[in-house]
Amino acid sequence: MTLKVEKVSYGYKSRSPQILKEVSLSVNNNQTIGLMGDSGSGKTTLCKIISGYITNYEGTVTVDGEIVNKNEYNPVQLIFQHPEKTMNPKWKMKQVLEESWMPPQDVLDEFGIRNSWLDRYPSELSGGELQRFSILRSLNPKTKYVIADEITTMLDAISQVQIWTSLSNYCQKNKVGILIVSHDKKLLDTVCDDIIVLNQINNLD
Amino acid sequence: MTNKNETKQWTLYNANLRTKTLVIIGLSLLVLVLIFVSYLFIDTSSITTNFANANQAPSLSHIFGTDWMGRDMFTRTLSGIGLSIGVGAFASIISTIVAITLGLLSSFNKFFDELVAWIIDLFNSIPHILLIILISISFGGGFYGVIMGVGLTHWTPLARVLRAEVKKIKTTDYVKLSSQLGKSKIWIATKHILPLVTSQIIVGVILMFPHAIMHEASITFLGFGLPPHEPAIGVILSESMNYLSAGYWWLALFPGLTLLIVVLLFDLIGENVEKLLNPETAQT
Repeated sequence: MTLKVEKVSYGYKSRSPQILKEVSLSVNNNQTIGLMGDSGSGKTTLCKIISGYITNYEGTVTVDGEIVNKNEYNPVQLIFQHPEKTMNPKWKMKQVLEESWMPPQDVLDEFGIRNSWLDRYPSELSGGELQRFSILRSLNPKTKYVIADEITTMLDAISQVQIWTSLSNYCQKNKVGILIVSHDKKLLDTVCDDIIVLNQINNLD
Repeated sequence: MTNKNETKQWTLYNANLRTKTLVIIGLSLLVLVLIFVSYLFIDTSSITTNFANANQAPSLSHIFGTDWMGRDMFTRTLSGIGLSIGVGAFASIISTIVAITLGLLSSFNKFFDELVAWIIDLFNSIPHILLIILISISFGGGFYGVIMGVGLTHWTPLARVLRAEVKKIKTTDYVKLSSQLGKSKIWIATKHILPLVTSQIIVGVILMFPHAIMHEASITFLGFGLPPHEPAIGVILSESMNYLSAGYWWLALFPGLTLLIVVLLFDLIGENVEKLLNPETAQT
């Protein structure tokens, strides 16, 4: 049960220089892997490739040995850095969650989501509250791997701890593999089983 | 400017822009509804032929005057305008359906987007009046023909606005995320995109109305629209052309003025509703 990235290369325009060259990594479904890298080294690009947002790359991404079908629910879900951009401003939070699934009450409680928030619009909640919804939305039972792209960068320390505790608890219980992208070395040291530095696995000349 | 009162603008009553906008919308709507309701309850006896009253100038008993057959011009104008509003309403509904369908269709992929742009360009490249006449004749003319003719030609501006808006919405993260959640293109178009373009649709429909009314009147004036026995504004105006040289100015002036006022009222409502729905346009 692994998410495998094999020899992925990508450049944003065909003539401009590549930013990823023959990158390979793998995440097991009981692992939490951290990914570090300098600004502009292609961390977010790699995340988008793995989770299916960018499709015209070279190389292969396989989930449990199979290539993901684009028209179905993607078992690799990306959680974005800015939750407010990933929610339709005309939708209530309940609708936002139900687009993926409706979590049972105990899961809602674990992530600290109050039931009264479900009737509000995204603009009526704070960034940390929205990020909880955004994380929970990606944890549909069909999700096998979660990619967290700087998801707690804009939060205070207490919310960070709360969010990471509930996320890793949930993922351990349900065998969901996590790939964490962050600049925060201390956070990665605490949460991850293993840390990968992108510059070391990127075979650029 | 030391004294604040000197710089203060003179106002009829104290209200902020939002209240004023609402008042303007309410008053214009009231006038239009009054016109339409009184059209529904017209007493037809005053537009039967009565040669004793022929060609009277405007007076208290006939405020718009009477025509060469002694019919009261006020009643005729009223029924003409009511008919025009009816045609405009039906035509706007048809146009809106076409525009929404094409706008949402353009969200599917690049091919459909280009196809929609091509259809819009195609319809825009044909002279408007000519196209309305052709369509209305091919649908058999009359009331039905005019509605189809006007309805099938007035969707292009709205469809263009919707296509541009859809293009913008498609680049957002929540639409991309939705397709990763396994949602179909139709689901995304109706659930994600449609709620976000409702304000454009509402404004587009209201601003479509005056165009529809004007075009209905103009093709009827040219003789391709409503049949001559209907008391349509276009019919009234084209008949009055024969009597203008005889000095019967009221036959053309009042119906024309009424048409203009109704059209401007719709425009006014449209602009003010837009101010409410898209506040960034309020200051321009």
